[in-house]
Amino acid sequence: MNFIDWIKQPWPWYVAGPLIGLMIPVLLIFGNKRFGVSSSLRHLCAACVPMKISFFKYDWKKEIWNLFFVGGILIGGMLTAFFLSNPNPVAIDPKLATELAGYGITNTEGLLPKELFNWENLLTIKGFILIVLGGFLVGFGTRYAGGCTSGHSIMGISNLQLPSLIATCCFMLGGFIVANIFIPLILKL
Amino acid sequence: MPTFSFHLFLNFDLKIMNTTTNTFRSTDLNTDFEVRTENSECVNYSVLDKPLLSNLKFTAAGILFGIILVKSEVISWFRIQEMFRLQSFHMYGVIGSAIVVGIISIFIIKKFKIRSIDGEEIHFDQKKFNRGQVYGGLLFGFGWALTGACPGPLFALIGSGFTVIIVTLLSAIAGTWVYGYVRVKLPH
Repeated sequence: MNFIDWIKQPWPWYVAGPLIGLMIPVLLIFGNKRFGVSSSLRHLCAACVPMKISFFKYDWKKEIWNLFFVGGILIGGMLTAFFLSNPNPVAIDPKLATELAGYGITNTEGLLPKELFNWENLLTIKGFILIVLGGFLVGFGTRYAGGCTSGHSIMGISNLQLPSLIATCCFMLGGFIVANIFIPLILKL
Repeated sequence: MPTFSFHLFLNFDLKIMNTTTNTFRSTDLNTDFEVRTENSECVNYSVLDKPLLSNLKFTAAGILFGIILVKSEVISWFRIQEMFRLQSFHMYGVIGSAIVVGIISIFIIKKFKIRSIDGEEIHFDQKKFNRGQVYGGLLFGFGWALTGACPGPLFALIGSGFTVIIVTLLSAIAGTWVYGYVRVKLPH
């Protein structure tokens, strides 16, 4: 197996996790920046549609590094799709696969279930809840909580901040409730 | 709406590229540091006036982060469902080991007073608890389970060719905006 084939396989957690953790010192040493992604959404609001809202009246250009960072994430996704993508379907836990098959979701070729996340589905109730409402809650919730998985769960907890631990527990609790109680109901729609 | 926003954004971008000295002293800016920080994880503590293109090193870091997000499949809706159903250790392993490396890194930076490459002192802030972390945290958890993505993966998914996620990203930006609009009325 050559290097490219080897790197194309899905990376195990003990490779990916430590590499993600290293983003913290890299950003601190590159320019005294705190690892975090969701603030970029706020900066985009401040740059494009601040209106007269005090929450968006700040010098977003001073935070522009964050927009360069998320631009990089997008390019990274693109490079991976072009050069490093895994040719095999995503390996899914058999219990989840059986459950999803019950709702007619059998295509596991990509990272997202193609039967759910596509343009045609956007105007169905199911698609609207997953794609549009879900996105809205991500944007509203992360800003209300003051951070997301990177800013609170990884950067905040690494800096031993109790509020970040509390926020992370709430992320998980919210996810547990929706994934176990609401997702089955939504997929039946 | 999307084209309009991006157009404006590009314009701003060009403007600062022309005036490399970043002198921004409009009086209507929000100068209250508390308001600015309490909701922003990544407030920029660097006081240096760096040229715009020096930010490309953060793009490089972002590219690496994006590749890791895709290759470890943490951007996968399937992986997120497994995590919330306790069917797989993968996500817990990724986040847990990232935190362990983060704790060690921050400890070393504090202990040896390591400076940034520009020679600036690196300092850390203490977060204050507010109820937003509970209410907002729950709401974000709901959204995370529905979309299978937090903000970082949204960008990585779009890059990987899942174009419909552009709608999710725009919706997330709208969510952030609505939060800013109703913020003063919400319990914190």
